[in-house]
Amino acid sequence: MTTASAIIRDAETEPCLPWPRHVLPPAEWARMAATLADEPTLALLALWADTGHAYALLLDETARTPLLVSTTVEAGGYSALSLVRPVAAWFERMVHDLWGHTAIGGTDQRPWLDHGHWPQTAPMALRVGPPGGRSEPPEFLSAGSDELDQIPLGPVDGGIAAASHLRLTGRGETIVRLEARLGYTHKGTLTLMRGKSPRAAARFAARLSAEATVAHAIAFARATEAALGCEIPPRAVAWRAVMAELERVAVHLGDLGATADAAGFAVVSALCASHAEAIHRAAQLAFGHRLMMDCVIPGGVAADAAPGGPEAIGRALASLAGGLPDLERLHNSAPLAGHLSGTGVITVAAVARFAAGKADLPPFSSSVPLREEAAGGDNAIRDNPSTSPKRDAERAAPRSPAAGDIADRARTRLMEIAESIRLTRTLLEAIPAGAVSAPLPPASGEGIGFAEAARGDIWHWLRLDHGQIASVFMRDPAWAQWPLLELALAGQQAEDLPLILASFGLTSSGVDL
Amino acid sequence: MLWQRIGRTLRDGPRAEPPAPVDAQTAASLAGRLEAAAQAKLGRSLAILHVDAGSCGGCEIELRALNSVIHDLERFGIRFVTSPRHADVLLVTGPLTRNLVEALEQAWTATPEPKFVVAVGDCAVDGGVFKGSYAVTGGVGTTLPVDLLIGGCPPTPERILAGLRALLEANARS
Repeated sequence: MTTASAIIRDAETEPCLPWPRHVLPPAEWARMAATLADEPTLALLALWADTGHAYALLLDETARTPLLVSTTVEAGGYSALSLVRPVAAWFERMVHDLWGHTAIGGTDQRPWLDHGHWPQTAPMALRVGPPGGRSEPPEFLSAGSDELDQIPLGPVDGGIAAASHLRLTGRGETIVRLEARLGYTHKGTLTLMRGKSPRAAARFAARLSAEATVAHAIAFARATEAALGCEIPPRAVAWRAVMAELERVAVHLGDLGATADAAGFAVVSALCASHAEAIHRAAQLAFGHRLMMDCVIPGGVAADAAPGGPEAIGRALASLAGGLPDLERLHNSAPLAGHLSGTGVITVAAVARFAAGKADLPPFSSSVPLREEAAGGDNAIRDNPSTSPKRDAERAAPRSPAAGDIADRARTRLMEIAESIRLTRTLLEAIPAGAVSAPLPPASGEGIGFAEAARGDIWHWLRLDHGQIASVFMRDPAWAQWPLLELALAGQQAEDLPLILASFGLTSSGVDL
Repeated sequence: MLWQRIGRTLRDGPRAEPPAPVDAQTAASLAGRLEAAAQAKLGRSLAILHVDAGSCGGCEIELRALNSVIHDLERFGIRFVTSPRHADVLLVTGPLTRNLVEALEQAWTATPEPKFVVAVGDCAVDGGVFKGSYAVTGGVGTTLPVDLLIGGCPPTPERILAGLRALLEANARS
């Protein structure tokens, strides 16, 4: 029997760098969808569309190669992948709301981003539809029994958090099911990026999700540079790496602090906040922006680090490195560890099912350029030698911990902070000399970019037409993590909800687009 | 370990940084506006409800930094609350997406008088980079009367704090 990967590899390809796009006729796409069930090692990373095509980005976990496939949309539809890849359901609903393409045989046909308030429907389609979406009040999955209580939470929930609506179905204090409804923060980002130059569109990539602003900017820049065949100077690579690691440290500190806060541990959140503030201030000094927004641009970085910046970063990291044992000790202390252990468990199987990354991610880092092996498709993702400190750390302490509870997530974050400190110091010792950006030719091409954000892997795909963006999609890690949250909360106590939510560190802007 | 921590705190003092003086000019212009609007007085404290109107999350990072030990908001009488019924101020971030207009209006309606609306971030001021999208209205002012605009992408915690303290000051004067 033919496997899905064989179907994909036999298909004709279109040029896309660094990985070609496999073009499947609709019938072959349907066959691929059917055979995906037998090939669990092909993880679905993203599904999106343009006016006439549907695209899927798969990750071949054995060969560690991404596979980009596309098909033509016929009579307004394409074969759904959600039957074999549950994570596809949200993507299919998004594709329907933005482009009007129907996922034939999809498991969930309810609206997603379109809440019925836009002046048009299918705003990205060739022919934009008339106003009149259909989704207020929203339909939720039935709870199955009248005896269960429903609790609506959000979109204004009082925390300093992103707008989302959580529908809790419970029996007394026990959560039976949680369903998330997103789309509130949909800003039409993809539409705004179309027709712009990569430099102009990078501002939108940097504002897809602020907790990964550097990582998204790097992924977008890499996709652009791949499409245009543009090499960036080594100095820009090094500054990008430093920024990516600083962002990772700051986001991890924020998530650790929020988790501890939800567990009632003010001292941990205070420590995390003051360390994170030091990182933000060092970033301001070195790169001119506390969150390093717009500091990474296609072609390089916006500016060289200011004089005194690297020293400020070094000082912030030294102080953090000094405080890390204290943070670790507090996390291992009985009161906090007791709160975090055994709560909000995610199984390795669930992570794999939704391709949520992290637990099973190939050892590549956002901090360095991905070098594709020109000859031989296998093992196409390679680390630059300069990641070796990170890779060694990963080998010493494997990332996929056994318990999958909040305590594990906290440990992983603490471990990654230590890794990032080490990596950044190594990078700062030897920043190559030279320019910090390269000019971008106003050419045509198609490219894929990757970056590892603090919360998971980010993938950007774009097609450029004479230097302008013809089509683009940005995959935030939260796409795979929201469904995991729904799984992790089933059977938990309602009072643990804030704690579990904080440990996930989910944002809605990244998936709301 | 606890004793060490207490000892360190006694030796080094609190982590909170000394406050900067209130910007007199902003306070004066705000006071004039408040007088003109015949707003009732709130007293010397502000209870703030954050409402995300479609933010990318950048303003929230800075709001969380503002709400942390570094700035110690409580010493100014400023605190974040979780219900519009307890709030004096709706602090709104984001370009106001069409999908959130209704939620923002409901939060506004549920907030007791007298109440202020503070738009934080370039997006909340006028839509920012998202201006012109089919999915956003383009700023909080398109739906609610805004009392204070704090621009920036995102504004620093210090800038947000300066705005909020000017609001407090103006309120006390008017």
